[in-house]
Amino acid sequence: MKNCEYQQIDPQALPTPTPTPPPHHGKDTEKKKEPRRPRRKWEVFPGKNRFYCDGRIIVARQSGVLPLTLGLILVTSGLFFIFDCPFLVKHLTSCIPVIGGVLFVFVLITLLQTSFTDPGILPRATPDEAADIEKQIDNTGNTSYRPPPRTKEVLINQQVVKLKYCFTCKMFRPPRTSHCSLCDNCVERFDHHCPWVGNCVGKRNYRFFYTFIVSLSFLTAFIFGCVTTHLALRAQGGKGLVFALQESPGSAVELVICFFSVWSILGLSGFHTYLVASNLTTNEDIKGSWSGKSGEDVTNPYSQKNIFINCCSVLCVPMPPSLIDRRGFLPTDESAQTGSADIELPTLAAKSEINVTKPESVPPCVSDHPVLTHCSLCGVSLCLRPSTNTRRRSVWTLLCPALAD
Amino acid sequence: MHIEGYIALFWDSLKRYYINPYCITLSLSELRHSASLANKVFIQRDYSEGTTCKFQTKFPSELESRIERTLFEDTVKTLNNYYAEAEKIGGQSYLEGCLACATAYLIFLCMETRYEKVLKKIAKYIQEQNEKIYAPRGLLITDPIERGMRVIEISIYEDRGSSGSSSGSSSVSGSTAR
Repeated sequence: MKNCEYQQIDPQALPTPTPTPPPHHGKDTEKKKEPRRPRRKWEVFPGKNRFYCDGRIIVARQSGVLPLTLGLILVTSGLFFIFDCPFLVKHLTSCIPVIGGVLFVFVLITLLQTSFTDPGILPRATPDEAADIEKQIDNTGNTSYRPPPRTKEVLINQQVVKLKYCFTCKMFRPPRTSHCSLCDNCVERFDHHCPWVGNCVGKRNYRFFYTFIVSLSFLTAFIFGCVTTHLALRAQGGKGLVFALQESPGSAVELVICFFSVWSILGLSGFHTYLVASNLTTNEDIKGSWSGKSGEDVTNPYSQKNIFINCCSVLCVPMPPSLIDRRGFLPTDESAQTGSADIELPTLAAKSEINVTKPESVPPCVSDHPVLTHCSLCGVSLCLRPSTNTRRRSVWTLLCPALAD
Repeated sequence: MHIEGYIALFWDSLKRYYINPYCITLSLSELRHSASLANKVFIQRDYSEGTTCKFQTKFPSELESRIERTLFEDTVKTLNNYYAEAEKIGGQSYLEGCLACATAYLIFLCMETRYEKVLKKIAKYIQEQNEKIYAPRGLLITDPIERGMRVIEISIYEDRGSSGSSSGSSSVSGSTAR
């Protein structure tokens, strides 16, 4: 194995490595024969999503009312800490701001995770796959008009389930997958598109969403309780509610917001607890897929008939990976003759990236990345992007002798 | 000296992860120089047990002349076992789920999840299978993660005999070692 790797690399064919990339490159880089800097997959993603932080954060194109959600949570919690906590700490206990703080941080983190995580988007079928599926179904070969909707039936746990063909993504949707028209993506275990969160809720972020609404209901109920206690304590001694409200106007705002939101959020939490316990999605519940409305004997084939097991299989299943590989590099088109093609291999999202190139050319990304080095021994160009795993970065500089300066 | 021996040991294990893709790339280009892509076979998912990741073990007719049925079925069954291991719900996954919930799921940002660890094993296994079994028969398996876990794509190469220009089939992707 060792001999194989070294023989295949011809040291004579290696270029002189550029020790440092040119600090300033103007328009002439675009005129060079080498292609532009390698693009990441998120830049050509076909769905209606927006990406930030170089593909690490994904949101739906329409952010919905996410700013309103954030604003309401921040304003209510801010008013709580400013107006109610000092009084309650003096008169009751100092645990109150601690509990409130923990709940607030929990709510904020889970909200951001729900909004910014890939919900389980299925990448669209490659042209070869689509052609293969078409071949299997289409007998006439006439593709000039839109064919009738296609379905495929599968048997899941002795229950017949119809899989629909998605014309946008050109594939048969797996069970429980649905196409979100707002995001223009097929999402696995599609629950619903939540405008409050500004993202779809699907397989990968359902647990964040559930934790968010449960902790938000606790936070809302807690703030509501504290504000009521605060006002009651202030109004003691015959002073009256109006006096209390005048002394602490912020509490009035909080009271109104909490009063109106606590019922809906508690209701939503209860509804989703029911869904989790019976392993259903909102989509299935609304459509009545398993409720047997049509008189047939249909049961939910995904339910394990045990509440605890259902909860665990929804919330405790290992976190599935993101299938769209936002930060992977696009494979560049290969040139026909000299084979100086860049064959870029996609890697796991948010981990370190490596551009492996044929030895003839220094890859174009050298000039773009200030932390890139080119190893003359093995012909590997390493894009050492700052990543969360800084330990791996220093391991490379330590171990490759040519990079060791 | 001690540090150089240490470096050599590390270098060896890293090569297996990072340089090996280069090895596969060249053998791919060798394939391309002497063979052309004839066809692709797609092994679809098997949903009989629900939405867990499992592929059909039905032997496709296009591979009948290329590879023995048992070898193919072994590969698919091993892959299915790996995926089942990744998605297994047991005592450990409950613990991980509860711990993750308690930390507001922030540990997902720091730690590599169990699924990702198994995906690495799968990538290594596929690379090994390609090197030992499939490439000598003119076949190439693509890691399902690159196709959104929908299909296992098997590319069939025909021997051309002459080394002309590469066929420019940029749709073929090599397996990755992560």
